[in-house]
Amino acid sequence: MTLGGIDIIVLTATLMAASTPVLLAATGELIAEKAGVLNLGVEGMMIMGAMAGFAVAVTTGSPVAGFLAGAVAGALMALLFAVLTQVLLSNQTATGLALTLFGLGLSALFGKGYEGVRPPSTGKVPFGPLSEIPVIGPVLFSHDWVVYASLILVAVTWAFLRFTRAGLILRAVGESHDAAHALGYRVIAVRIAALAFGGALAGLGGAYLSLVRVPQWTEGMTAGAGWIALAIVVFASWRAERVLIGAYLFGGITALQLQLQAAGYAIPVHLLSMAPYVITIVVLVILSAIHRHGAQAAPADLGRSFHASA
Amino acid sequence: MNRRSFLTTTAALALAATSLPAFAEEPLKVGFIYVGPVGDMGWSYQHDQGRQAIEAEYGDKVATTFIESVPEGPDAERVLTQLALEGNKLIFATSFGYMDAVMNVAAKFPDVKFEHATGYKTADNVAVYDAKFFQGRAIQGTIAGRMTKSNKIGYIASFPIPEVIQGINSAYLHAKKVNPDVEMKVVWAYTWFDPAKEADAAAALIAEGVDVVMQHTDSTAPQAKAQEAGNVITFGQASDMSAFAPMPRVSSTIDNWAPYYVQRVGAMLDGTWGSGATWGGIDTGMVEIGEISSAVPEEVKAEALALKDAIAAGTYHPFTGPLNKQDGSAWLAEGETPDDGALAGMNFYVEGITAELPK
Repeated sequence: MTLGGIDIIVLTATLMAASTPVLLAATGELIAEKAGVLNLGVEGMMIMGAMAGFAVAVTTGSPVAGFLAGAVAGALMALLFAVLTQVLLSNQTATGLALTLFGLGLSALFGKGYEGVRPPSTGKVPFGPLSEIPVIGPVLFSHDWVVYASLILVAVTWAFLRFTRAGLILRAVGESHDAAHALGYRVIAVRIAALAFGGALAGLGGAYLSLVRVPQWTEGMTAGAGWIALAIVVFASWRAERVLIGAYLFGGITALQLQLQAAGYAIPVHLLSMAPYVITIVVLVILSAIHRHGAQAAPADLGRSFHASA
Repeated sequence: MNRRSFLTTTAALALAATSLPAFAEEPLKVGFIYVGPVGDMGWSYQHDQGRQAIEAEYGDKVATTFIESVPEGPDAERVLTQLALEGNKLIFATSFGYMDAVMNVAAKFPDVKFEHATGYKTADNVAVYDAKFFQGRAIQGTIAGRMTKSNKIGYIASFPIPEVIQGINSAYLHAKKVNPDVEMKVVWAYTWFDPAKEADAAAALIAEGVDVVMQHTDSTAPQAKAQEAGNVITFGQASDMSAFAPMPRVSSTIDNWAPYYVQRVGAMLDGTWGSGATWGGIDTGMVEIGEISSAVPEEVKAEALALKDAIAAGTYHPFTGPLNKQDGSAWLAEGETPDDGALAGMNFYVEGITAELPK
């Protein structure tokens, strides 16, 4: 099925694959920021996930083991951040930047020897006859399981924040850690758990990059995806459903502009190249303008250290 | 005196003070900046091979350092300044976009020599060097034109600068020569190194029906994507990328900087270094053609190798008239070849390419 020379099915498939790493990382960061911690080390956690996931998948021959390893590596990086910022009360911004640099360097070191290796292929989910349905089949039922897992995770995150008691506690910790502490909630424990979850998702996103989207290991291969994830959390005004919109919009337009070029459209390439950034910003600005409180949507205690005696 | 110039002067004085007494035994410090990581297995990897060749050749007489993944732009100027302040006497800046940063820093450090890859601005202490990648593209174009079944060739381009445009034109002309039906599809990635984006670009081209993917970006991601597709051939870029042979990588253009680097450092050591412009090709060994794999039919391989020999011997120039520009206006008359200056400023597609060149 083509529309104006662009194959919609290929576009959708590329869109979902292209957006998944950023979607996973942004969802993880959303949870961490909702708990009041600003972790700028997303890039570092992603690249460690990409490296560890790739290495384990190649060694064991199992992509599932690779994704698990990616999540564990990301979570370990996040725990390092948690020890520094939550226990030792270091500055979150500086520690986050350091985590990114540390992750980039460490992954380059451990990743030596994995360049040019081909990872085991991650299978598509078998939907049987569903994937045979024209248009809908290839668009909705022809992806690998990580794509579906990422969508389910967004839905779960949304429901968790909105409907559960645990989600309420998490938000309380992010909005006012002193009040949450006075009520008897363990602020530090909640924040460490949120960070670990965020790290695991960033690592999973990184592993998706090296195991499915590219697929190979190269030093520095995240090339700024972690920063895009951070930006999407802000643009989404800390709401899970908007993280999904932001990530898919960004990934979709990135994929679309490359396909428009390949199809030989006479649209100035400069415009196409900046389109993902411009359109994502415009759409999310409109979204937050409609919901007037969007501008103040940041958790009130975001980036502030908590110490019980304070 | 503002704070910055105070700091610079103080640092320079401190350096001068510490380095003077031990001048005779001090090794020559040589610095490198790379646009990608050393492990990109392409462009920056090859430059680092050149750096290692310097260490191997001169041992204790030199001390090299490198800084990788330096973005083109203001950051490059900061890094170059830092290298100069650290006492590096010869600095290799290995990407086109470092050009203005090199010129600015070179003006501030007249006693430090700079070597800028693929640029065109020189000064008393700035030399430029480049390789004739378009010669390699001529051979790739010949193989591509012979091997394509869909008659569509895809090209992942980085930035619309002469170095890249020469490659697209050369590949197209030589593919067209052996296969008049061939069509060239170009995707501009606007990056030298971003594996995910390069992979997406390759996927978009493959979806458009190309069965040859050429790249002027630095990572092996397009190779991995072509391997996944199965029936698509690629060429190693900058480095041999032999991990992907025999399929999809059927041949490669290798940038061999080592002999040039060794020679220039030698000139620094014996005090004969001078500014200038070097543009090496297949003849001087700066451009090497990687092994043509078993996936290529024998007669095509022979044809490609004959072309390589003709270029090396100087009996054939990849841009030989009659050639028209994309808009149909005449560029080269029958039998005419362009001089290096004209090539170095190439900013147009040749006739037959339908895509539009970004300005």
